[in-house]
Amino acid sequence: MTFTLENTLTTFDYFIEAIENNKDYLSELDTPIGDGDHGYNMARGVKALQDKLEQEAPETVSDVFKIAALGLMGNIGGASGPLYGTAMLEMSKAAKDTQELLNIIEAGLAGIQKRGKAEAGDKTMVDVWDQIITAIKNNETLDESKIDTMVESTKEMKAKKGRASYLGDRSIGHIDPGSMSSGLFFKSLLKAGAL
Amino acid sequence: MTKGIVIVSHVEEIGLGLHKLLQEVAKDVPITVAAGTEDGGIGTSFDKVMAAFSENTADELIAFYDLGSSKMNLEMAIEMHEKEVKMYDASFIEGAYVTAAMLQVDTPIEAIESELNKLKVK
Repeated sequence: MTFTLENTLTTFDYFIEAIENNKDYLSELDTPIGDGDHGYNMARGVKALQDKLEQEAPETVSDVFKIAALGLMGNIGGASGPLYGTAMLEMSKAAKDTQELLNIIEAGLAGIQKRGKAEAGDKTMVDVWDQIITAIKNNETLDESKIDTMVESTKEMKAKKGRASYLGDRSIGHIDPGSMSSGLFFKSLLKAGAL
Repeated sequence: MTKGIVIVSHVEEIGLGLHKLLQEVAKDVPITVAAGTEDGGIGTSFDKVMAAFSENTADELIAFYDLGSSKMNLEMAIEMHEKEVKMYDASFIEGAYVTAAMLQVDTPIEAIESELNKLKVK
């Protein structure tokens, strides 16, 4: 599976739409274990991303991810800004050398971990990115319900990073909002035919 | 080489308030603030941090932040900006205050660092 300019742009079209449609839900997920603004923050980020994509008319996959990085990192406000921003920036760098989906997503995860220092099992977006990579490596056919399962796997985890970690055991039983928005990103990839 | 301070906070008033406090002991130290989101809400903005680096007239910068995600924005800006910026995990107000007071009297960075190590809370 590879990224093309077309499927990358389509992915972001779907992602922007998905964030917009789910912003209340994402903020609702963020209320018991965070500060209740994840959806609104992400919506602000994807709006900036959309404007930048329209203004700059990218010509390569790497350009699209770079524009996405700059749009998201400056406009989200919470920790998701630098995390998604770094992910997209690392994906942009990787896409200069390869269009291979797995390599580019792995670069994105490495960026998230460099920035946030989270490991798999910490109840963060890393859990979804990590499970997606494992599934691709195992040649599994991904569909929406498998992505849902990955997102829901964070529900029973105890948060070890981010604001939710201050809640300790009380973070158990809630889906991690960053994992949910990451799930929307991978569903967008799926819809665009890239995944 | 002149040294300056950059304050990164989630709340505009906190950033401006700390600036006011530092000015009292460091009237000649260049201090810039990146606080709150682009639209004045709670959070930090990468673009504002980059602007605070650029607008600061000093060549070398010492940065202080309040909470977790401001550290991430700060780290990202340090990687991308051409200026030499050092970030310290010191207590926000005390760290910035001690640094400002010491920069005002041209204390060497090693002596400032040793004070900041005592104030490490993050």
